[in-house]
Amino acid sequence: MSPRHLRALGLAFSLAAMQCTAMAADARDPWESMNRRVYAFNDVVDVTVVRPVAQVYDKVLPRFARTGVHNFLGNLSDVWSMANSALQLKGQATAETLMRVSVNTFFGLAGVLDVATEMGIEKRKEDFGQTLGYWGVPPGPYVVLPILGPSTVRDGLALPLDFKGDPGQNASDPATRNTLTVLRVTDLRASLLKTVDTVKEASLDPYSFVRDAYLQKRENDIYDGNPPSDFDYADPDLSGK
Amino acid sequence: MTAIRRPTSITLTRICPANEVVTAAHTSIREKPDFVFTFSVMKNSLSLASWPRRLFLMLALTSAAALGVAHAAEESADAFIKRMSTETLDTIKADKALRNGDVSKIILLVDNKVMPNVNFKRMTALATGPAWRKATPEQQKRLQDEFKLLLVRTYSGALSQVSDQSVVVKPLRPGQDDKNLVVNTEVRGKGDPIQLDYRLEKTPGEGAGWMIFDLNVLGVWLIENYRTQFTKEINAGGIDALINSLSERNKANAQKS
Repeated sequence: MSPRHLRALGLAFSLAAMQCTAMAADARDPWESMNRRVYAFNDVVDVTVVRPVAQVYDKVLPRFARTGVHNFLGNLSDVWSMANSALQLKGQATAETLMRVSVNTFFGLAGVLDVATEMGIEKRKEDFGQTLGYWGVPPGPYVVLPILGPSTVRDGLALPLDFKGDPGQNASDPATRNTLTVLRVTDLRASLLKTVDTVKEASLDPYSFVRDAYLQKRENDIYDGNPPSDFDYADPDLSGK
Repeated sequence: MTAIRRPTSITLTRICPANEVVTAAHTSIREKPDFVFTFSVMKNSLSLASWPRRLFLMLALTSAAALGVAHAAEESADAFIKRMSTETLDTIKADKALRNGDVSKIILLVDNKVMPNVNFKRMTALATGPAWRKATPEQQKRLQDEFKLLLVRTYSGALSQVSDQSVVVKPLRPGQDDKNLVVNTEVRGKGDPIQLDYRLEKTPGEGAGWMIFDLNVLGVWLIENYRTQFTKEINAGGIDALINSLSERNKANAQKS
């Protein structure tokens, strides 16, 4: 290869590199262009299928029925939350969540009524991704999973265990498992109807809004609501108020 | 001791006959200098004897005392947040137009109740980042206006959800800096509780003594979440591009509702 060719090749490489850095503006999101595509795909699935189903569910079912479903599924999730509280050696949280599950299962008609919250026993959601984070596993790059949505490498790898940890998914009957999965997705999406609309209205770029919110929220949950802040709050303009 | 006791004993004089107050003051604040102060005030007012004048004096003293308390900035950050959020929540509960998302009324509420306690210029500056310093005062003003409208409009939808909620302020975490202090609260009502945290700075003599400069909804800090999006717009076309996108967003939102 002649020096001219080499130079051209070098230029091509540096141009490609520049383009890469321009695309990956955020160090936490090196796969941004791919993630954006998956995000767009998910949005189509959401707008055409998931959201309409959730809207019908929200309209047709009376509030008490929806609350009952939400509580029932929440009670199932509490079991896995308890396991993860234990894995994080949070004694009090583990004991309280055990109390929640027993009270709601026995006095709350298998979890349909959330008696425990009425009694003032706080709900604490914990999943395996949080447990890993608690023990110092870094989140790794941000990933948008098809259908499942925002995640990170750590949280994505923890996800199969979270599925396994859901008592509903351990039912022997596949029909029961599938029904519970559909219900869970619908319940979750129905509870987020307003939120997702708000996010779309409140953001200049919904993709990065959701990404930043997800990453902050996970950090928040790992630190039980008080993560160390690494945002620089020094005033950009100290001259005036 | 002195600053707090004095108003209490003076307030008493308004309610009780003078001689009873003397004994009350005597037993409760024994051998303290305030007693002398209270007593002399009382003696004066007794010798003046005419009611209107006496009443005027008492009123003047009590209101001075009340003002003193309000401006002493002795209200703790968590007490301030508790008071502010309860007041705002009560206003929303009492007004149906607010819950129905009447944007002009909501903006009025925000301007009257919320904004005096918020350093919104600082919020906008922090969300904008280093480019803020290069913006002209006029650009800064427009940026603040559009950003405020965006936030008010988008969060006004949430007001329709207000019914029987109450705000629980969690105990302050110790060892925090007065210049950058977080108060954690939780909005409880139907459904799962909502985490709502405030970042405050102590501002003696300004507002109620505290100014909010960031807000956390469900674990997500507002400023941090807007910084990336703002930066992207600024990198693409400068501060004017950012102002334009915000204003476009606001127009689109206005058409939807």
